[in-house]
Amino acid sequence: MEKLILRRVDRQNEEMILNFGPQHPSTHGVINFLVETDGEVLKRATPDVGYLHRSIEKIGELVGYPGFMPYTDRVDYVAAMFANEGYAIAVERLLKIEVPQRAQWLRAISCELCRIASHLVSVGTMVMDIGAFTPMLHGIRERETINDLLEALCGARLTYNYHRIGGVAFDLPEGWRDKVLHFLDHFDKFLAEFDRLISFNEIYVKRLANVAVIPGPMAINYGLVGPNLRGSGVDWDVRRDLPYGAYPNFKFDVPVGKGFFGTAGDSFDRYYVRCLEMAESSKIVRQALDSLPEGEITAKVPRNIKPEAGEALGRVESARGELAYYVISDGTNKAYRVRARTGSFTAMCIIEDISRGLMVADLVALISSLDVVAPEIDR
Amino acid sequence: MAARMDPGIGGEVTLLHTSQLDNLINLARASSLYYLTFGLACCGIELMQTGGPRADLMRFGAIPRASPRQADFMIVAGTLTYKMAERARLLYDQMPEPKYVISMGSCSNCGGLFQLGYSVCKGVDKVIPVDVYVPGCPPRPEALTEGLLRLQEIVRSEPWSTKRRPAAQAEGA
Repeated sequence: MEKLILRRVDRQNEEMILNFGPQHPSTHGVINFLVETDGEVLKRATPDVGYLHRSIEKIGELVGYPGFMPYTDRVDYVAAMFANEGYAIAVERLLKIEVPQRAQWLRAISCELCRIASHLVSVGTMVMDIGAFTPMLHGIRERETINDLLEALCGARLTYNYHRIGGVAFDLPEGWRDKVLHFLDHFDKFLAEFDRLISFNEIYVKRLANVAVIPGPMAINYGLVGPNLRGSGVDWDVRRDLPYGAYPNFKFDVPVGKGFFGTAGDSFDRYYVRCLEMAESSKIVRQALDSLPEGEITAKVPRNIKPEAGEALGRVESARGELAYYVISDGTNKAYRVRARTGSFTAMCIIEDISRGLMVADLVALISSLDVVAPEIDR
Repeated sequence: MAARMDPGIGGEVTLLHTSQLDNLINLARASSLYYLTFGLACCGIELMQTGGPRADLMRFGAIPRASPRQADFMIVAGTLTYKMAERARLLYDQMPEPKYVISMGSCSNCGGLFQLGYSVCKGVDKVIPVDVYVPGCPPRPEALTEGLLRLQEIVRSEPWSTKRRPAAQAEGA
């Protein structure tokens, strides 16, 4: 705000430079946009990141391998399970240990529930940013139930710390399976209700269709991942194309944006791909619960983890797209380098290019349709 | 303040007894505290869910406001980095008197998990004065509701007309 410059360049136009954020309800966390506008039309919106840089990667070099697991929760707090899993996979590859089948299934179940919870916040806040408050409360209501389920599983509502190196922390509690199935029965109906409530609402569709179109090749060039990439019509999902964990055993579709109400790659496609993904996640959880194998939930992991010198990469399909942990070991009990590659950072980069010529109100639609989360950008 | 049980109404009826204007005004103030949403990190999601349908902070009269000019108190929810600290101070200065601060979560209480971090401000009380600290990483919605109730106690028990803080009470501001 101290940077706020308000000046009139000439009589023909009304050029302004103003700050959008870092404390703004529509920026989804502490992100600042330096917005250059001519009246209501954007000339450019430049993101200014780093307001939530918590030096997580540096902390990865200061604490031991198991000690870093709680920090991965905070890399992406809306979908913390995936960050757990990515880091666990990377360290397991360094240690060359095999995760037991049951643990892999439990990982898939917890991750897909977490994906539903994350997408509920994503679509809910997006609808709220466009101007409808009620659907967000519906989303939060369903999310509370998932929070309860995950709390019964691992004891935390938000920062789970459930996946451990070599497996998972806890087995299923008693009666948990029935509770999940009960919730999913309700949730499938909820999705249809949500579509009737807001997704196909004419005003809502008109605010989003043909707004901020990202063509497929451009999305690839900017390195977009996850629902943002699939919203642009590119059929790529790490779960299916680079399978890990239990995913090769499940049948699911990968929803792709086809221009549901306008051009492929517009804001509505990115929104609706998330809605469709929730239904797919629900399918995966059902299949995983039906085919859950018996057995151990953790592999034998040495108490003092000292991997041989080397490097490993763990890639998972997070709710915000591909999340990769790159861990380098120098043979001691602390990592030499931990690097997190997250989807939100690249989604942030495309805003400057796409925002040219948008209206100010459409910038909010663009930011929320990309579903960026501040700590994933800054780490 | 004297309280009386009224079977007709079914609760504590304090207003019928008091003739003190201070108490009346404080009761009104405590029951309509608007908060500035300042969701910085993970706690921001729990703050959102506290305002959601289950915990429903609005039943205590606390309504989220996006502008500091309309807010009575500020919920600092999440890790405060050095880059954000000056903004936090600025937002606090923009709030009208009398103003209060709830620090939500370990990170804004003392740096929490990120005390090892080179870029993290170890506690929001280094920048702005804090009235209520809510522990947890992140605190549950119930914990934040308890924090709000404690803040209401503070608001109810102080003389509102003389409530003024020195401009730079916190260290290093």
